[in-house]
Amino acid sequence: MSSKEKEPLFSAKNIKLLTSPFSQSNPVIVQILGICSALAVTAKMKPAFVMAISVTVVTAFSNLIMSLLRKTIPSRIRIIVQLVVIAALVILVDQVLKAYVYDVSKQLSVFVGLIITNCIIMGRVEAFALGNKPWPSFLDGIGNGAGYGIILIIISFFRELLGSGTLWGYQVIPDWCYQHGYSNNSLMLLPPMALIIVGLIIWIHRSYNKNLIDK
Amino acid sequence: MESILNIFIKSIFIDNMVFAFFFGMCSYIAVSKSVKTAMGLGVAVTFVMAVTVPLNYLLNEFILLPGALSWISPSLASVDLSFLSFIVFIAVIASFVQLVEMAVEKFSPTLYNQLGIFLPLIAVNCAIMGGSLFMQERAYANIGEATAFGLGSGIGWWLAIVMMAAIREKITYSNVPAPLKGVGITFILTGLMGIAFMTFLGIQL
Repeated sequence: MSSKEKEPLFSAKNIKLLTSPFSQSNPVIVQILGICSALAVTAKMKPAFVMAISVTVVTAFSNLIMSLLRKTIPSRIRIIVQLVVIAALVILVDQVLKAYVYDVSKQLSVFVGLIITNCIIMGRVEAFALGNKPWPSFLDGIGNGAGYGIILIIISFFRELLGSGTLWGYQVIPDWCYQHGYSNNSLMLLPPMALIIVGLIIWIHRSYNKNLIDK
Repeated sequence: MESILNIFIKSIFIDNMVFAFFFGMCSYIAVSKSVKTAMGLGVAVTFVMAVTVPLNYLLNEFILLPGALSWISPSLASVDLSFLSFIVFIAVIASFVQLVEMAVEKFSPTLYNQLGIFLPLIAVNCAIMGGSLFMQERAYANIGEATAFGLGSGIGWWLAIVMMAAIREKITYSNVPAPLKGVGITFILTGLMGIAFMTFLGIQL
């Protein structure tokens, strides 16, 4: 569909759509969307990574599909149409996860299903895909999914490193540290610390991006 | 009876939707600016949860679970529709929210105006979907337990958002570092409240 346009596939505008969610309009720490899952799956890096990929796939394709359908759906029933499209995509993702990475899928438990109500997806469909062409919408979906993924990886890096002394399941803190009295901070594995880490990330991010500070 | 009371108390304080699972964080952060609106949204969420969780429990028990269709005819006992649960649950929630919205608009226009856009947004509040999914995962024994869980979780969420709104009303008078103002301090406060709520851990009735 994009080949008919005069605009090249990766024009400056499209690149901006893809990269601005990484920092300036990050879905988690600037738009405050999709927090629930961002916090709950980040005690370990591996589930966080799988979750980030799943959300990116669902966001990109729901944006694409809704953008293709945007002229045919009456606006009164659009919410339920969106939910059906998103739910169908999430069921696909869930079945794929159960088939190929069963142990991670067990760890994620209800949070795969909760991708349906992840505000990033609904938010991007409502705010972007309903008013834009399919290709930019697709890029916007990938960009926002990746922006969400970056935050997930950062949070889970600190939580896993400080909480269990491992990264991606491999031990990184050597044994002699433990023998000299170092111990893991198990508070990092508990839910409240995830919130505090996000708070700190927001603090650091806004210190560098003064335009985002709340008045 | 004891188990129902236990589940009820547990879902309010120990497994609190916000502090233990971060469900419904988006609207929790966005709507907790004043106590009044927080109250309205809390009531609406509690009501929707107390109805949709038992409703989805019945659907799960009699249609979706492996072998659940055997009440129609024994030949359907091998059918497993559980992969459809996401789409069924969200459809029930979305249509119920639509129903509530129409009923409130018809019978109490003042309340409808107070709640404004928050009513339709309840459909995508993950606390409600999460309630139904947890109900399925934990496999409650009967509909009484499922109702107690739904009602308790709703009240827990209501409690959390009203407390947060009260704190945020006070904190506008404090000298918070500029980059931390607004959402940043809200996250840290929620984390601290979560640590406080952890003291309820291990309470058995």
